[in-house]
Amino acid sequence: MAVASAPLRILIGKVGLDGHDRGVKLIARALRDAGMEVIFTGLHQTPEQVVNTAIQEDVDAIGLSILSGAHKTLFRRVRELLKEQDAEDIALFGGGIIPDEDVATLTADGVKALFRPGAPIQEIVAFVKGLKPQG
Amino acid sequence: MQERKSKFTSLSGFDINRVYTHNDLKDWSPDEQLGAPGAFPYTRGVYSTMHRGRLWTMRQFAGFGSAEDTNRRFKYLLQHGQNGLSVAFDMPTLMGIDADNPLAHGEIGHCGVAVSSLDDMERLFEGIPLDQVTTSMTINGPAAVIFAMYLAVAEKRGIRHEQLDGTLQNDILKEYIAQKEWLFPPDPSLRLITDTIAYCTEHVPKWHPVSISGYHIREAGSTATQELAFTLYDGLTYVDAAVKVGLAVDQFAPQLSFFFNAHNDFFEEIAKFRAARRLWAREMTRRYRPNDPRSAQLRCHAQTAGCSLTAQQPMNNVVRTTIQALAAVLGGTQSLHTNSMDETLALPTEGAVKLALRTQQIIAQESEVTNSVDPLGGSYYLESLTNRLEEAAQDYFHRLDDMGGMVRAIERGFPQREILDASQRYQHELERKERIVVGVNEYLEPEERTIPILKIGQEVEHEQVARLSDLRKARDSFKMAGAVEALQEAASCSENVMPYLIEAVKAKATLGEICTALKEVFGTYREPVVL
Repeated sequence: MAVASAPLRILIGKVGLDGHDRGVKLIARALRDAGMEVIFTGLHQTPEQVVNTAIQEDVDAIGLSILSGAHKTLFRRVRELLKEQDAEDIALFGGGIIPDEDVATLTADGVKALFRPGAPIQEIVAFVKGLKPQG
Repeated sequence: MQERKSKFTSLSGFDINRVYTHNDLKDWSPDEQLGAPGAFPYTRGVYSTMHRGRLWTMRQFAGFGSAEDTNRRFKYLLQHGQNGLSVAFDMPTLMGIDADNPLAHGEIGHCGVAVSSLDDMERLFEGIPLDQVTTSMTINGPAAVIFAMYLAVAEKRGIRHEQLDGTLQNDILKEYIAQKEWLFPPDPSLRLITDTIAYCTEHVPKWHPVSISGYHIREAGSTATQELAFTLYDGLTYVDAAVKVGLAVDQFAPQLSFFFNAHNDFFEEIAKFRAARRLWAREMTRRYRPNDPRSAQLRCHAQTAGCSLTAQQPMNNVVRTTIQALAAVLGGTQSLHTNSMDETLALPTEGAVKLALRTQQIIAQESEVTNSVDPLGGSYYLESLTNRLEEAAQDYFHRLDDMGGMVRAIERGFPQREILDASQRYQHELERKERIVVGVNEYLEPEERTIPILKIGQEVEHEQVARLSDLRKARDSFKMAGAVEALQEAASCSENVMPYLIEAVKAKATLGEICTALKEVFGTYREPVVL
């Protein structure tokens, strides 16, 4: 008999200074439509704010959007803070204008996936669903 | 014969007929709806000779790294035949934050050039004759401060303000609607804009103090109709604000300019430019009864659609950009930026920018499309689209009027929600393959070819932070503090802040210090979350 498991809780937001929120909002809507609980932080979050909210809200994953080129600094900082707070079980993924080389470096640093312009939303939804096997 | 699809729609969702005939233009009169080029309602263009008289200005938006890096790129572009400059600032600068603010960490020089002080501005324009080039600056929240720096650099070189020609984007409404880079609440932001307009009418008459921008609205996912409607309505809002502070419409309206997106739907885009000119002419005339015909003429810059480009098979972006650029040219633009093929991956390399510039030069010099003004005018299809776009935009005007204007509509999240819904509709169309994007949902390639990418080194941040620290040490801090205090006083009453801003930047107050001082007077803004 299948046991209904709790829905995935996902924090979706923008870190850093850029305000390009078209993609991140579509993804937030798509994850919500797929039955997940989405905590949407809005714009201009610092890594500290994101990690604090993620822990308080007990999320399964953090999805961040950065289109300003600051991805290396910001994703790494979020990873560091998760480590410091002993919260590395929270999966980190994201998207933006990110060159191949940086995708490789950041995934090696523990970012689970990075999506770029043109990535199908369903692929992102499937990825997030796959983060926690459903009972 | 069976058609490929049960329904054909434009990118903005208009149903499109198999063929258009005179029946689609029944009440349409060429005299009323078109006029001659250079004559009311300017559907065919704002000048009688259009691109036969003067080609559009080829203006590539550029900025990255340090002021020196961008200065070199400017000189490179001028050397390859570009005729106007266009400055891209980095995120901290756009947000009025100094390079040494912790919030700026990792962002310096990445999506534009870092400018924190008058010294940076001087280095940015080193060796560039400010009295001979026209400069466009894409800056909004802190636009008045950056403009003050530009004026101060010119002054230092002995160039009079009245010799300066260029454009300040300075369009805050579309920031609340789409791009989300604001510093202050809407009302004081509008006041800063009327201050710059008023200052320009008196001291910098050739300058375009506001570039009313649909580009970012479109990039945020809007339809062509929404881009047209919200942008023109923003324009009317600025006119209204300037008239309310006592300026006569003919004093400033001829210097207003517009900035549109050139997207994929070729005919719809051409129609959008034409509808924009007609609608602006009609609304300005109806609402403000100007005496100077230039007050009702819509002049614009266009940029090809960044959001249409794909990270997959990036060389395809050259082709997309060519089609979009052609639409802007046939739509009668006064100036154009063509995107580079690598912009979904990083800021463009020198080679990619040159190819984008060459694209414009080929359209201008080889395609012969500039031989005749508004060559598609009179086409049943194009005129029908132009009419429909104008009507649909007018519907939005009525709704916005009913809401009490754009600022109130923004506070209710109205334009934001309309755009988000449109963006989601488009995304669903892609996922259902009702629309095809080559290399994304059709014609995929397993192995992506890589192209060279521009990298911004860490040293840009270190150098910028060090420079700022040197500047703070070297300046007369009493003089600086006095200038900032005087600015705050002017900001608290209704005095024009421009002269005070110029004094403050000359006293080496930094961008961040000035914006913080203004936030103390004006307050900050948090947007209503629309999801």
